[in-house]
Amino acid sequence: MNEPDKKRIWSEYQKEIADDHYFYVRSCIRQSFFPGSEQFFLHLIRDILGKDIYENPSHTTCTGIGYHTDIVPFQTIMTVVARHFALMKESGYKNIAISCVTSFGIYTEIIETWKHFPEELEKTREYLLKATGREFDIPENMAHTSDIVYKFRNEIASKAKFRLVNKKTGEPLKVVEHIGCHYSKMFPKYGVGGAEFPKVLSGMIEAWGGEVIDYPERRHCCGFGFRQYIVQANRGYSLSNSVKKFESMKPFKPDFIITNCPGCNMFMDKWQYTIREMEGRTYGENGLSIPVLTYEEVAGLVLGMNPWELGLQYHMVQPEPLLDKMGVEYSKSDKFITKDGKPLPAPEKLINV
Amino acid sequence: MNKFGFTLSVPRVIDYDKNDRSVADLIAAKEPTFRLCIECGTCAATCTAGNFTDFSLREINVLLRRGENEAAAEKINRCMLCGKCILVCPRGVNTRNVLFIARETLSKTNGHERL
Repeated sequence: MNEPDKKRIWSEYQKEIADDHYFYVRSCIRQSFFPGSEQFFLHLIRDILGKDIYENPSHTTCTGIGYHTDIVPFQTIMTVVARHFALMKESGYKNIAISCVTSFGIYTEIIETWKHFPEELEKTREYLLKATGREFDIPENMAHTSDIVYKFRNEIASKAKFRLVNKKTGEPLKVVEHIGCHYSKMFPKYGVGGAEFPKVLSGMIEAWGGEVIDYPERRHCCGFGFRQYIVQANRGYSLSNSVKKFESMKPFKPDFIITNCPGCNMFMDKWQYTIREMEGRTYGENGLSIPVLTYEEVAGLVLGMNPWELGLQYHMVQPEPLLDKMGVEYSKSDKFITKDGKPLPAPEKLINV
Repeated sequence: MNKFGFTLSVPRVIDYDKNDRSVADLIAAKEPTFRLCIECGTCAATCTAGNFTDFSLREINVLLRRGENEAAAEKINRCMLCGKCILVCPRGVNTRNVLFIARETLSKTNGHERL
């Protein structure tokens, strides 16, 4: 293939990511399960990279989980998202930075709907105006926060205190990267590398010194699947999906898993506990389980943050084996203590302790 | 249902790499024409047992080659050993002997254990 054609084809897999001035929208799940991730992202963007990022306290859930379980109608979720865009307009921002992959999928779906069905956009404008008196603009640039970390991966690498390398052996750490389905499988053009060659997490891993594992079920869903877990009796479907992935990655001996989706992170973390309780199976080396980290947590570790400030202790699978491999120092006694010395609640039955 | 209120769903995917092909290998050793079968189905088309039941020698051949011995063991006794299939086989497979060896072998293992 000649160079111009190559460039043209690959240009379809590139994504424009805004450089500065982000309007930040949080995730429901991430704030509950990995509270350090979003906090660190804001610290990274504001203090370490020196960019402008703003979050509006009036921002709400996107109602994505309700939408995907057929509880929230499409018109409602479009109006909720339109309200978020109105908040962004009122705050004077044009670039939206979305923390959650479910929300990101919802935003892309709605923006594409408005493009193809302009009458839906007009209806939504009317609903929002009647309900709240607000008006909105569609964002000029829409990025998932993992896109932004990907964009600045080399800056992070240049400030790194630790690399994703086993300190004892000098070998790069073997990393499983798992990208949320709603990031680019629905609308490939909104993801870095599209649906076929997603580069968003593997790019970070390579920049920070790790080695990405290419295992057979790499692009398989984690099993989150909304309806599969909302009804308790159906959760076996969700668990079976995760088990399929774990069985497939186990022979490659991954040191940790990195995800960009709250659901994937939660389930790949917590299902390891469940499958261990149900069947006594574990997927890490020496009978241990595989730590599952968000990209912000990995960036934080690389930049030398205290792992307990990143909230790593609140994952089901504890990160100590990984921290030991990377040579990150940590205090056992400070694990469940706040900055001012007050005790934090310690979860029960943690794994890898 | 355990304490979590749900169970692990067993995948319905057939992993051929994990299947036991020792029965097919034994048949091929004892009756080398087994390897000539192209799974055309002429045997099944002419089969008297297959006319009245869902028995199909072609299916048995496929199952044995894939190592799905349990499924083959369940169906194999429906054959009446009349031998019409030998007469019509375009590849000259001694189909009755194939089936006879398979039946003998599977009756020993019941399709479950390795030979």
